[in-house]
This record gives sequence, C-alpha cells and structure tokens, in this order.
Amino acid sequence: MSHKVIVPIGPYHPLQEEPEFFQLYVEGEKVVDIDIIIGYNHRGIEKLAEAKHFDQVPYLVERICGICSSSHPYAYVLAVEDLFGGEENIVPERALYIRTIIDELQRIHSHLLWLGLAGHFIGYNTVWMWAWRYREPVLDMFEMVTGNRNNYAMFKVGGVRRDIRDEDIPALKKTLDELVPALSMFKGAVMDDPVIQARLKGVGILTKQQAIDWCVVGPTARASGLNMDVRRDEPYGVFDRVDWNVIVEKDGDIFAKTIIRILEMYESVGIIRQCLEKLPKGEIDADIKDIPAGEGIGRVEAPRGECFHYIKSDGTNRPIRHKIRAPSYMNVASDKVAAVGGTISDATITLAAVDPCYCCTERVAVIRKSDNQKIMNGWDLIKLSHEKTNKIKEELLHGRP
Amino acid sequence: MSFKIKALTKSIWVFHVSAGSCNNCDIEILDCLTPRFDLERFGIQLIGSVRHADALLITGAMSKKSVPRMKKIYEQAPKPCVVIAVGTCACSQHMFKDSYNVDQPLDKILPVDLYIPGCPPKPEAMIAGIVKLVTKLREKI
Amino acid sequence: MRERIKEKLGPKIKEWHEHSARRIYFTVDKKDIFETVRFIFRELGMRFSTASGSDTPDSFEILYHFSNDSSGEFYSVRVFIEDKANPEIDSITPLFPGAEWIEREIWEMLGIKFKGHPNLKRLLLADEWPEGEYPLRHKNES
Repeated sequence: MSHKVIVPIGPYHPLQEEPEFFQLYVEGEKVVDIDIIIGYNHRGIEKLAEAKHFDQVPYLVERICGICSSSHPYAYVLAVEDLFGGEENIVPERALYIRTIIDELQRIHSHLLWLGLAGHFIGYNTVWMWAWRYREPVLDMFEMVTGNRNNYAMFKVGGVRRDIRDEDIPALKKTLDELVPALSMFKGAVMDDPVIQARLKGVGILTKQQAIDWCVVGPTARASGLNMDVRRDEPYGVFDRVDWNVIVEKDGDIFAKTIIRILEMYESVGIIRQCLEKLPKGEIDADIKDIPAGEGIGRVEAPRGECFHYIKSDGTNRPIRHKIRAPSYMNVASDKVAAVGGTISDATITLAAVDPCYCCTERVAVIRKSDNQKIMNGWDLIKLSHEKTNKIKEELLHGRP
Repeated sequence: MSFKIKALTKSIWVFHVSAGSCNNCDIEILDCLTPRFDLERFGIQLIGSVRHADALLITGAMSKKSVPRMKKIYEQAPKPCVVIAVGTCACSQHMFKDSYNVDQPLDKILPVDLYIPGCPPKPEAMIAGIVKLVTKLREKI
Repeated sequence: MRERIKEKLGPKIKEWHEHSARRIYFTVDKKDIFETVRFIFRELGMRFSTASGSDTPDSFEILYHFSNDSSGEFYSVRVFIEDKANPEIDSITPLFPGAEWIEREIWEMLGIKFKGHPNLKRLLLADEWPEGEYPLRHKNES
C-alpha cells in the first residue's frame, strides 16, 4: 500500500520550527530515522540541590518525575546513607519495611498508569479507563498514609517521615485484595486478545545486544533477556527478606514489556502483603544530625529501571555535587534503534513502550524525509495507531481478505 | 463578545501544554477524565489541536526551551481563550525559580485567567477551580 | 572481579578505594580511560550505569559508573582532568552508543570536550543558551 501524502494539519509552515520531542523521519510508511530532542523538562535540579540542605533535597528530587515520585528520593537518601556505610547501618527496621511498601505501591500505580496509556495509544480506551480506575484506590492509599496522592514526602535521611498506623493496615490489605482480580482481568485481556497480540508482538523489538549496547535498564532491559533488577542485585529496603521473583522475557518486543509490567504488579502485591505481615514495631527515624564527608551512591529499581544518585559531601550541611540519572535517560535513547524500521502506526506504542513521561510522548512529529515536510503530530499518530487496531479487528472478525 | 463567552462556558475544549513539568499535574489532568471524576460528562474535552481550544491548561516551571513553544501555541489558539495555570510550578515556578534554566513565571509571559495551585492539585481542586472560572465568566455576561 | 581488574590494568590504577563491600572506586589516568572502559564493558561484561562530572578546585573530575549486575557490586572509575582551561578526554561512545547522551550532557554542563564523540552537540540546554557558559562549573565560590 503506497502511502498518500498527508495534507499538513494545522498551521505547520515548513519554516516554523516547532520543537518536538521525537521527530520521526519517514519514507512512505516506514520510519527511517528518529531525532530525540530533550531538555524541555530540564530545570537545573542538580545545581539547585547544591544550594539546599541535605534534608531539603528530597522535596526537590521528588519532583524530577511525578510518576516515580518515591524512587528519586529513595535513591537520594540511599546515596547519603551510603556515606555511613549503607542503609542497613542506620535506618531502623520499621522504616525499612515502610520504605519498601511505599516503593512497591508506587510500582503498582506506575505500571497501571502505563497500562492505561498503552491502551489509549493502541485504541483500547476501555483499557485506559479501567486501568486508571483501579489506580485510584492505590492513590487513595497513598493519601491515607502520606497525605498526598502524588509526591509523598516520605523519605528522609535515616528513616521515613510518617508512620503507617495500625488502623490503616486493614484498608491497605483490602485495596490489595481488590486489586488482584483486576490484575487478572488485565492479564487475561492482554494475553488472550488476538488483536492486542497482533499489535504488540514482534513490534518495536530491542534485541539483547542492542539492549546491552544502549545500556538500558528496567522492564525495557528485562524484556530483551537481560536479567537485572537492583532490588535483587543490590538489595535495599527489605527486598532480601521477602519472597518475590524477577520477571524476564526474551523477545524484546512490546508484548514482552507489557507482560513484564503486569506480572511485576502481582509481585508487588505479594511483597507488600509480606511486608505488612512482618512489619515490626519500633522507631521510624534515626534522627541523623551530621552528614560525614565523602562520596555516596544510591540506586533503586524505579518502575522504569535503575535510578541512580551520587552525592559528594564535604562535611557541611549541603551536597557539593549531586548527580542524578533517571532510568528513562538510558531507555529513551534506545528508541533510536527500537522505533527505526517500524511503521508510523506503530510509532506511538513503540516510543511509549520504554515508559517515558507522558509529556515526552505527546510531543511527536512525523517528517517526510524526502522534502522535510512535517506531516503529522502526536495526536495524528495516535489516530493512525487506532486505525491500525480497527483494521486488525476487522480482519480477524471477517477472516483475512 | 458576550455571546462568545457564553458559548465558551457551555462546553469547554481544553488543550494541554507542558512547559517543563514533572508530569504530576499532567497526570492529574488526565485523571479528571477517568471514571471517578469524569469531566467529559460536562462537555470538557481534551483535544489534539490548539486551533479548536477554548482553554489552555498550562503546567510546568517555564523551562527556557519550552517557553517559545508555549507562546507559539498561545498565538495559534483562537481568541477568546482562557489560560489556566495548573500547579504551583505554573503559578509561581515553585522551588525551581532560582534555577539557571527558568526565566519568568507564566503570568509574566501570558495573561492568566485561573490559578490552580497544588503539587499536584487534586482533581477535585481542578474541578473547583474551573467551576469558579466558569461562574465568574458567566457573571460578566 | 577485583583481581581481574587489578591484574589487567596493573600500574594504570593510580588509586584503589573500597568504601564498602559493594562500592569500589579506582583512579586511572585520563589517557587510559578508553582502554579501561573497553576492558570493563567488553571483557568483564559490566553494565555502564552513567558518568558524573564535577568541578573541583584543582581539576575536573569524571566518574564512570559500572554495575556488575550479577554480584551487585558497583565500580566507579575516576579520572582527573587537570587542564581546566582546555579540558578534554577521549570519548567512550565509539565503544557503545549508551554513552552518547551523558557525554553530551557533561560537555554542555562543564565544558569538557570528548574527543572522537560522533555527535557532540547540546542535549538539554536551549539553542539560545550562551556559548562558553557552563552551568555546573563553580564560579568564584568561597
């Protein structure tokens, strides 16, 4: 099928350079190259951190990305606690359990969010609505425990800032119990639906060697057969005291990434349940006063992969250097090989498969390589993706023509 | 003019722009469309082209790279168009105001009609804000 | 792993510091960085996590962070770049594309030039950002 020239929609004058996040160069229907332009969300956080006290930094780093709101502060406090020789040396038991619970609740909400967006991108708006509907009780739990649906302000050097009250635990358990049937529904919907399989299997493949060369992390890496997970490789919190599995797939396509995220949610529910059972009584904060000089590195497994923080301290009350590396930094760059070679209708779901932030994926432009004419924006791409799903539904319903 | 405002306040089509945000506000905006809050039943829709927008939802701390794009989008929006600053970053740049990569706050760049502070503002807060705005606009008629 | 590194790199290692069981820092000369990274990435099969550059009073310092996923150990290779007026070092991007972005970022934030980098242009800062201004450099701070 030859690709018709699409009349530019909107005031897209070729001379008007609207900066887009992803620029896809196409020939016909195939994506032949991709430019990834980042920096729109760059707010100079590393520099700002140098001007803040150690105990003010968690509030800053929480807002690096709204979705992994607890991963960045956790990695940061681990980096500072590394100066003392590690989390287990100074953080009280109960705080370790609470940290783990918050971290895993966050993973559930983040994966549900992704599931919803992925559903939206391929045209299953019902999946979107249902995934986000089941996300709401998880956010309610956050609000109950921490006071906010997002941006929890739970982590501080030496412990956590708020406790989980005994009277809240039954509500937490109930939410988890109600979540499991929903997860089973999603799992069945994804694994059994032939249209979803046709859309996601074999699409956006990142081979194992590509995954190694591009140094990707998280579900993106595990989908390509790389068995890595910071929670197991370098345990923090109480991940080495509860039973859980690392989910690895080998096909490297979007279907593999989807399966991993769904199965990880089951694991998260299991981890939280075990933590709630084992939650010991005790202090939640070691009340650290002085930060020693030195260098510290902290890393956690955020929903998107390894989140890394490095701190250099000179013994004063501010960091002299704070390096932050979010997981999407490595994963988004790999789109260069994952999206190229695919079709434009698969572009949005391929770009979304590494789970970048929503803002990034909404700013996509498609440019026809032969004459540099911009032909589509992100919304058009989503429409195209929906059309492909409908076409596949038709074919499966009425048999192949 | 008053006829337009009346038409504007009946069913609002919003276009979302992020000018350097952490995404929390953006996700909460999308959350308003989900079953618990379901703004679509009031006719409020998130649309894909700014050419049909009645309202601009702007989030973010105004990073240098994103401000020109945001201005361009505002110019393309048909007037009258209300500008809604969602989130503390859009209202006052929050803790990023001293950063080397942000300049002016939103209300020095565009005329803001509604401020919804919060980090992120809960969907209930956003709905309350929009109701306040709609009521105020209707009073002008 | 440590034995293999010490054996292979030998006298190239200027300093070796084990902060804890899982945090190992060692220093090499900047001229040896390409060979060191090639060894760690290709032969030892460690994953490149990221690189962090800092401005210190005497020099620039870059730490290349590698993760040995199978053991949980984290190795950080330190290099000093003494020539602050004209800082440059070999790029490791030719070894694997995953290093491309971080080297661009260190270049635009600190002004360190990466020789041999295939695409050394701005990553995060706007095009209008003034030339020669590097946000992460410390300016006359007492």
